[in-house]
Amino acid sequence: MSLGFTEAEEAFRAEARAWLAENSPGRLPSMDTEEGARAHRDWEKALAGGRWSVVAWPEQYGGRDASLVEWVIFEEEYYLSGSPTRITQNGISLLAPIIFGHGTPEQQERYLPAMVDGTEVWAQAWSEPEAGSDLAGIRSRAERDDERGGWVLNGQKTWSSRAPFADRGFGLFRSDPAAERHRGLTYFLFPLDAEGITVRPIAQLDGDAGFAEIFFDDVFVPDADVLGGVGDGWRVAMSTAGNERGLSLRAPGRFLAAADRLLDLWHERGEESPQLRDDVVDAWIGARAYQLYTWGTVDRLQGGGDMGADGSVNKLFWSQLDVDLHETALDLLGPEQELRGEGAVSNGAWVDDYLFSLAGPIYAGTNEIQRNIVAERILGLPRGDNRRSGA
Amino acid sequence: MRFALTAEQRSFAEALDGLLGAAEVPAATRAWGAGDTAPGLRLWEQLAELGVPALVVPEALGGIGGTPLDVVVAFEALGRHGVPGPWVESVALAPSLLAGTEHEGVLADLAEGAARVTVAAPPQTPYALDVAAATHTYLLDADGLAAATSTRKLTSVDPSRHLHSVQAEGTAVAVDSTAVARGLDLAALACAASLVGAGERMLRESVAYVAQRRQFGRAIGEYQAVKHALADVRVALDFARPLVHGAAHELEADSEVAARDVSAAKVAATDAAHLASRTALQVHGAIGYTLEHDLSIFILRARALAGAWGTTSQHRARVLHHLTATR
Repeated sequence: MSLGFTEAEEAFRAEARAWLAENSPGRLPSMDTEEGARAHRDWEKALAGGRWSVVAWPEQYGGRDASLVEWVIFEEEYYLSGSPTRITQNGISLLAPIIFGHGTPEQQERYLPAMVDGTEVWAQAWSEPEAGSDLAGIRSRAERDDERGGWVLNGQKTWSSRAPFADRGFGLFRSDPAAERHRGLTYFLFPLDAEGITVRPIAQLDGDAGFAEIFFDDVFVPDADVLGGVGDGWRVAMSTAGNERGLSLRAPGRFLAAADRLLDLWHERGEESPQLRDDVVDAWIGARAYQLYTWGTVDRLQGGGDMGADGSVNKLFWSQLDVDLHETALDLLGPEQELRGEGAVSNGAWVDDYLFSLAGPIYAGTNEIQRNIVAERILGLPRGDNRRSGA
Repeated sequence: MRFALTAEQRSFAEALDGLLGAAEVPAATRAWGAGDTAPGLRLWEQLAELGVPALVVPEALGGIGGTPLDVVVAFEALGRHGVPGPWVESVALAPSLLAGTEHEGVLADLAEGAARVTVAAPPQTPYALDVAAATHTYLLDADGLAAATSTRKLTSVDPSRHLHSVQAEGTAVAVDSTAVARGLDLAALACAASLVGAGERMLRESVAYVAQRRQFGRAIGEYQAVKHALADVRVALDFARPLVHGAAHELEADSEVAARDVSAAKVAATDAAHLASRTALQVHGAIGYTLEHDLSIFILRARALAGAWGTTSQHRARVLHHLTATR
């Protein structure tokens, strides 16, 4: 890479690389197991101790005031070092931007430091049984309780990532049933061990309880845990949906590192199939394209531009790349491709990561929804009247 | 870190689009294919006034001394409008090949728009393009660079590309191997940029078409199957372009990963243009399958350029070679 990084940026890269080489635990047990969740929390503590947990945040909250360029550099180094996926991701990537943008000073003080070091792990609670990518169809209710100064939540959330081992959750509830679908939603924060909450883990395709159903039975939440304005939840939530599909969840470093491991695998296996060889090259080209695309985005954002619907283009690309890359790896493994755990190549890491990749085209808004967004908002194709508002 | 076009490059692109948008390029391209080069050569002169042929000719030889990124900007525009002629050969390859040889004098004429150069470089690029419209034809092979003449005309899948087998006429002169490699890389990169441009044009035509073409009582662009196909083209082009721009940055920096990235760019641009052309054809239906529709210019150009200046399989092999050389 010689795209003209400054000396300061190169120094930042070197510092991150050195720290990670010294401290990274490598691959940890799945964060969606009790043992794994503990190990991940320990790792988050170590990251926070080195001030590498949230490099782009203000120093006051444990960050380094790093620029967007430096953040992407850190992410590249993080994944190249073989470090684990972050258990704090929901909090740091999805919730924190909203707390910074819409939270009260008290909420910032109360919640940000605790998520930085993994003391409080957050579960996202967007989806409901009847509302998948269609957030506007949310039915879980919040009713006013003036006496206690807060709200009473009832209903059910599902596909709540991290919920089985998390401490707190965040999500949207319908606080004004008379309002239009998009309006009348309010954004709430709540402890998962609150009275009236039942968390029922759901085994995922990979066997781990990565997500859960959450049942709310008269759960009281004080006014202090309303995030943003009452009835303003939709707008508040949408202000980060672009982040999720765009930069925050899938930094390019992850794909570059995976493509690098794929090349090693191809090299070790000495596979002669021209098709597989081409697939390996295409996986690397895809990862490089994603890296360069990201530098373009970073440049634009630093120049004052915004992500907008480009987050959907981004998500369509990385989710497909992720699946293709891991399918290629499994093909390279031949008959060993079905093995998991002990006795499998890399203890089954390729299969585990493959199963993880299969969720990509489904979550954060399915790829069908993303294609509609690209077609309508970027290409300007007619919306048609066969669908309600969607996305 | 800066990864964006400069203000000058953006206004250069706008100027090219303005000129080419007003110039009835499809008619010139069809005439070129039928053997009437006059409108195409008028375009050449107009583009020369904007400095296109002079882009990477060194200032000392009458050129602009621009960067690979300038070349990329120009070729995306040429590709978007389907401009005919030996542009890759003249603008991207000739300056590297001719500088420092006895043929160096051609470059001043080239920069002015008075000379047009075509080159056959077997085995990768065995045929010379548009010999009849070129003022200088060369053969680049193991013996070096020699003036050449056509021995046989061949037919390209793209009617606007006249291909020729050539043989050396004069004595070959030695060319610095670094200069040859750089010239060939810039040619492949220019080709990749053309493919991105052609892909963008096909997407634009498709979007316009599906918004107005009605079937079963509504615009076909309202159907999700059509929307999703075109969204995938948007994604493919959006991720091919950074590879093209990135490779231009690496070539400019003379970085050790430049050749690798040029090849990656050629592969991704070819694939993206291919997806754009298949999708454009599909959404246009039978009208897209006619030569009378302008879409044919871009569909056939994209197919021809897929094999020009290195096929995707040659470029994939080169990427892999670079990636594994250090393992």
